Amino acid sequence: MADLTTDFLGIKSPNPFWLASAPPTDKEYNVRRAFEAGWGGVVWKTLGEAGPPVVNVSGPRYGAIHGPDRRLLGLNNIELITDRPLEVNLEEIARVKADYPDRALVVSLMVPYDEKAWQEILARVEETNADGVELNFGCPHGMAERGMGSAVGQVPEYVEQITRWVKKHYQRPCIVKLTPNITNILAPARAAKNGGADAVSLINTINSITSVDLDNMAPEPTIDGMGTHGGYCGPAVKPIAMNMVAEIARSPDTAGLPISGIGGVTTWRDAAEFMALGAGNVQVCTAAMTYGFKVVQELISGLSQWMDEKGYGSTADFVGAAVPKVTDWQNLNLDYVTKAEIDQDLCIKCGRCYAACEDTSHQAIAMGEDRTFTVKDEECVACNLCVNVCPVEGCITMRELRPGELDPRTGMTIPEDKRTWLQHPNNPGADPLACIVRGQ
Amino acid sequence: MANFADLHPPLSDHEALVAADRCYFCHDAPCMEACPTTIDIPLFIRQIATHTPEAAARTILTQNILGGMCARVCPVETLCEEACVRMSAEEQPVEIGRLQRFATDRLMAAGPQPFERAASTGKRIAVIGAGPAGLSCAHRLAMYGHEVTVYDARSKPGGLNEFGIASYKAVDGFAAREVEWLLGIGGITLELGKALGKDLSLDALTEEYDAVFLGLGLTDTNKLGIPGEELEGVVDAVDWIADLRQAEDLSTVPVGNDVVVIGGGMTAIDAAVQAKLLGAESVTLAYRRRREDMPASRFEQDLAASKGICLLFNATPAEIRGEGAVAEIEFTRTGTDARFTLTADQVMKAIGQKLGAALGLETDGRKIAVDGTGRTSREGVWAGGDCASGGEDLTVTAVAEGRDAAEDIHAKLMGEG
Ligand SMILES: Cc1cc2nc3c(=O)[nH]c(=O)nc-3n(C[C@H](O)[C@H](O)[C@H](O)COP(=O)(O)OP(=O)(O)OC[C@H]3O[C@@H](n4cnc5c(N)ncnc54)[C@H](O)[C@@H]3O)c2cc1C
Ligand SMILES: Cc1cc2nc3c(=O)[nH]c(=O)nc-3n(C[C@H](O)[C@H](O)[C@H](O)COP(=O)(O)O)c2cc1C
Ligand code: SF4
Ligand code: SF4
Ligand code: SF4
Repeated sequence: MADLTTDFLGIKSPNPFWLASAPPTDKEYNVRRAFEAGWGGVVWKTLGEAGPPVVNVSGPRYGAIHGPDRRLLGLNNIELITDRPLEVNLEEIARVKADYPDRALVVSLMVPYDEKAWQEILARVEETNADGVELNFGCPHGMAERGMGSAVGQVPEYVEQITRWVKKHYQRPCIVKLTPNITNILAPARAAKNGGADAVSLINTINSITSVDLDNMAPEPTIDGMGTHGGYCGPAVKPIAMNMVAEIARSPDTAGLPISGIGGVTTWRDAAEFMALGAGNVQVCTAAMTYGFKVVQELISGLSQWMDEKGYGSTADFVGAAVPKVTDWQNLNLDYVTKAEIDQDLCIKCGRCYAACEDTSHQAIAMGEDRTFTVKDEECVACNLCVNVCPVEGCITMRELRPGELDPRTGMTIPEDKRTWLQHPNNPGADPLACIVRGQ
Repeated sequence: MANFADLHPPLSDHEALVAADRCYFCHDAPCMEACPTTIDIPLFIRQIATHTPEAAARTILTQNILGGMCARVCPVETLCEEACVRMSAEEQPVEIGRLQRFATDRLMAAGPQPFERAASTGKRIAVIGAGPAGLSCAHRLAMYGHEVTVYDARSKPGGLNEFGIASYKAVDGFAAREVEWLLGIGGITLELGKALGKDLSLDALTEEYDAVFLGLGLTDTNKLGIPGEELEGVVDAVDWIADLRQAEDLSTVPVGNDVVVIGGGMTAIDAAVQAKLLGAESVTLAYRRRREDMPASRFEQDLAASKGICLLFNATPAEIRGEGAVAEIEFTRTGTDARFTLTADQVMKAIGQKLGAALGLETDGRKIAVDGTGRTSREGVWAGGDCASGGEDLTVTAVAEGRDAAEDIHAKLMGEG
């Protein structure tokens, strides 16, 4: 079996699966059980300043989006940081770390924009022997109204300043957790890097309203007739998170900054994808909250089976492997042509591909008398919509036309070399030489 | 013979994904509790759903090395699937059995059994009986690095997997292939045609080996004890099934036109269904008590009925008549004096099997008495499967008991138990 041991910022864990800072990591009881279940590490639920802890609502704090069969696809929450006293948390952290020296234990922090406040809490954290800290610049509700969380994360200067303070007053690794509630993720990532962060983790939750109670005319979850936006997470946010991870991994000024990938990780495959896009490890919250700690067993067995099949000896072998393949649209080969192909043995003749293509795309699917569905190569632009709406996995696939083959739609023969928008004759700004070389 | 095609055909990739998607990944899952080998069902189904059926198979086989056979023969409707929470929700359980088959088929097609032997311990263990109990015990012991010799009186290994299970449950020689695959772990020597009580003695075995495991199954059958039982055409259903399972050419298996099967368990159903599939005109299954009392599950009763078998309840056999060969059988309505007669040119007795010999061991009821870990009354002798007390007479129970006895033997021999 593949070795899943992961070294992230010098913090070793038996596997790259950490629990994200959230209810699953809010107390000793949970974290011990998580470690027993096999989790490689945890980021403890965010701690605030000493003194009276924050107060949570005591009505419903979650809203949800379900897929068919009530599969939980997206969760939102209006929970704050830990509502237990700082002292209790710190004692528990120290105890758990002592008992599980081989697991990663990172402490998430959120205190006001004030060097002294950070200095004080860091000194307390240091005493617990925790492996590092994560700065929560992400929570989009509640704490943001008090000038913390995403209110910090949305201002690169604050991010940089606090990171500097932390690096000044704390010796162990510092991870900066980014909020996705921002137009360009590179700005806070750069700020974190400039401030000296050892890594960034992302994403925290996304501003959201999941549903509206149409009888009481109030957003849900509803607290005594009123609602507020909450933080969205779970499988639904994975694509957003992965794009942000990839942007940081490939941008020249942030490339190489270690990343902890968060957002919708539910299966081994999600984890492998985040890691291929440059995440050194992943953090999980919603999947654990939906299925319990045991879900890590599938993450472990699946990732190791895949690594064995691919011949990867360690996670470092594939972390970032897909980053060079992430590019700007303008660098895509416009002479690359594929055609949809329907496997008649797998097709159940539901006609979804036809409806999608006929009504909303390129009228490239023919429906025969006997409900045989076939692709018209002369119309198919290879948009992939039919592949995505077909209920049978693997039934519609894309066939790549080889150089020398004729594309019946355009009448063009597929050339040997590639041509991107930068060389395309329709691009007013293109390099004209590229066309001459091709004899056009 | 197309008649004998797979009872539950294998799932295609698409079917498996759809079926797996229905599992809720329940906490402390009731299905798992209902499986005698306690396979981690939610985990293996999730592994199928995430496109790693090989990992799923490993999850299954860790608990149940005969997971392939069990996926085919377990009466899931009274075990895991009955307990599935989607039974309470929609009366439509997750198809655990077929998903188990999907995963194990995948792994078995891909190569050898996936477990490695530990370093040799130098300990030697004799396993008597190469049925599910013996094989499961032997595999687990071999995994721990012990040297195992499996003796069986028959000329082929597999026990009832090879000689008893209905042919439409394990098609294409699956039983033999599975044994071959299981033995791939190494460290197991098969000695066929060696019977305990004839070629071997328990005294000699306990002398020669560090431990002995008995997985003898039930080799005797119960008698009806009514007139006419000796007539030609009156057969033991298990013998008839064994002949059927071993026949090269199914047309040579003797089957009557009017077949009456007596009994109410799995053997009775299997015999009746197979007689019908072989071409009997009419097959009647006569059970002496009420439908609700019948040991065969409702699924099996319905299977029989769907094949055109007439199920008769409250029918107690009274006399078999005929000139040399059976011609008819008379019953009483159970608990009354009312009598009726059925034409029959073949009568199959499926009224239960019993232990051949207790070998001087203490018994519990009609079985070898064992404690929770399979220890018998004799030091150094363990037993499991149908021959031992406790549990239902099922393949999966035999596998569980063989495995647990192996764990106990290992602990004992390594000084931990
Ligand atoms: C017709 C029939 C159909 C069945 N169908 C199903 C089903 O669909 N699903 C299900 O779960 N269960 C079914 N069962 C029950 C199941 O087959 C048994 O519970 C299971 O095989 C018991 O396993 P075992 O290893 O204890 O015994 P067996 O499978 O009986 O194996 C015992 C082995 O020990 C050998 N042996 C016996 N005595 C000696 C001796 N003295 N010396 C050496 N070797 C000896 C035998 O030759 C045999 O190979 C069925 C049983 C029958 C009879
Ligand atoms: C109920 C809840 C509470 C959370 N609390 C915190 C928190 O205190 N600190 C923090 O950094 N992130 C918090 N998060 C965000 C998660 O750590 C994580 O970034 C987010 O849920 C995305 O991951 P997921 O899709 O795996 O859930 C919380 C999430 C949830 C659902
Ligand atoms: S999950 Fe537990 S705490 Fe939450 S509402 Fe249900 S019972 Fe109450
Ligand atoms: S959507 Fe898929 S299954 Fe349905 S008709 Fe089209 S190809 Fe066939
Ligand atoms: S009880 Fe049913 S739904 Fe629940 S884990 Fe078992 S198979 Fe899945």
